[in-house]
Amino acid sequence: MTTTQAPPAPVRTRLDRGRTAPAAGAPGGGRRRAPSWRGLVWLIPALAVLAVFVYWPLLQNILFSFLKWNIYSGEQTFVGTQNYTNLAGDPVFWRALGNNAWYAGLSIVFQVFGALVLAAIVESVRSERWRKAFRAIYFIPSAISLTVAGLLFYFIYQPQTGLLNVFLDNLGLGQFSQAWLGHEGTAIFAIIAMSQWQGFGYSVLLFSVALQRIPQELYEAAQLDGVGPVRRFFDVSLPLVREMTGLMMIVTISGAFQVFNEVMVMTSGGPNNSSQVLGTWLYHAGFVTNDFGSAAAIGVAIFVITLVLAVAQLAYSRRRRVEW
Amino acid sequence: MVVLARFGRGVRVAAMWTLLVALAVVVLYPLLWMVTNALKTNAELFANPFALPSSPVWQNFATAWRQGVGDFVFTSVSLTVLATLITELISAWAAYGLTRVSIPLNRTFTVLVLAGLMLAPTVALIPLVKMFQGMGLYDSFFGLLILYTAFRIPFTVFLMRAYMLDLPREVDEAASIDGASRAATFWRIILPMSMPIVITTIVLNVLQNWNEYLFAMVFTSGTGVQTLPVGLADLMSKNGTQYPVVFAGMVMAALPMVILFFVCQRYFVRGLAGGVGK
Repeated sequence: MTTTQAPPAPVRTRLDRGRTAPAAGAPGGGRRRAPSWRGLVWLIPALAVLAVFVYWPLLQNILFSFLKWNIYSGEQTFVGTQNYTNLAGDPVFWRALGNNAWYAGLSIVFQVFGALVLAAIVESVRSERWRKAFRAIYFIPSAISLTVAGLLFYFIYQPQTGLLNVFLDNLGLGQFSQAWLGHEGTAIFAIIAMSQWQGFGYSVLLFSVALQRIPQELYEAAQLDGVGPVRRFFDVSLPLVREMTGLMMIVTISGAFQVFNEVMVMTSGGPNNSSQVLGTWLYHAGFVTNDFGSAAAIGVAIFVITLVLAVAQLAYSRRRRVEW
Repeated sequence: MVVLARFGRGVRVAAMWTLLVALAVVVLYPLLWMVTNALKTNAELFANPFALPSSPVWQNFATAWRQGVGDFVFTSVSLTVLATLITELISAWAAYGLTRVSIPLNRTFTVLVLAGLMLAPTVALIPLVKMFQGMGLYDSFFGLLILYTAFRIPFTVFLMRAYMLDLPREVDEAASIDGASRAATFWRIILPMSMPIVITTIVLNVLQNWNEYLFAMVFTSGTGVQTLPVGLADLMSKNGTQYPVVFAGMVMAALPMVILFFVCQRYFVRGLAGGVGK
């Protein structure tokens, strides 16, 4: 354990900090000026850009989800909830949703709990130089884009010359080698595996920061009481990084329902739509079959899921933190 | 007993090191493989994936550059630099306004700006395409610039606002007594004082903009304004047989961000930790 590397950054970041900051009227400190609309000039660029290019399209998307588009005439007709009922009867939509759920579940196992255990192991290394080295090495894949990582694993999964199959052959496990991205049963899991490879170092880094904030005395006290390292992890580390763990879970699930990039690069949702996720199915509806209404309805589904998670995250981070 | 305990500890430490080193190999080997493949001939690449190139074919990089990677790099660099710069400016103004200027309905405006954090870009995709087609921004550099800027503002304001809230109030007071205007206070005092968070957000925005794929793919149609990630995916489908050239392109796309990470590690950690703790 150390407290030297990357001292806990002074980013305190809760939305509700606005409350502790001088309430409306007081910001600006000693000027004691009455609130004035003139100050709005500072906000106008941000508000304008967000209104036009983020919020307005979002509202439009909700509207679109109740319309049917004629791609030839461009005519729009109101069809009520038909796009939604179509979606509910669409097996690929459910498959995509299921794939997103697999994505979320496996990411929680590896990128939250796996990464937490791993961070604890990294932090238990005595040499600071090695701790730094491991954290940095694990993070490298997160710095390269999902596109590059996706292409790289596309080659690794290649049936004949791919690294994975040749590796299995050399180990005498040739019977397991297969076209990982070409089979309906393995495609989505091959993609998820790549994504764990790409993202776990990011979580390890964050958990390391959280673990470093735990005062060393707590561990020393536990050690004096004869508590072994495994119990020290469960009884000291785990409770004190609970908040970080909760936040990471929500962030991870939310990310899992927004997946697009790697699926598009590696399989485009194939074979036979087996690896579709909501994002790629929206793309397919919008730009392959030109069914904007359905695409918008999928967009609303993603919106609802991510909104619920965001609210959960907000509620979670507002709870009182463990202080020491 | 003591010997046994020591032995147990030794086994445990050995197991830990084995795990850590094994994972490091799992992370590094594919990356190394990417680099060596970029230096092979096509025949070598198909012959044995584990072998090293007999003599490195640096030519692959030049070929990749000529086959479009040069253009992609140019687009990606300009887009990343401009979008990051504009995002930083707009966000710093907004964070300053929200934290240090008294504006009515401050809380409402704060929520309005930060709520954007919750939105997945896919949700606005279809209307944005329609809108951009109507405005003539589809398949244009300027269109991508707008999207990259707009969707990074909430996160950037979020981090900057948290930082500016912690700067002492007396600073503004002193400036005010010296007769400095609001604008002068921002440019000469608050912005320089906020440099750590500005650098942090620059690093994160550069990483995001350089690697962005969704908008770059949906809003371009293969002419002139392709960014590096989209161009690479394209290069692979076009260049089905010349894999080493594709690998060379991938190395060129990955390397700048890996270097950025190692140079600015401190800022990465700060920004990422702050981003999750929202």
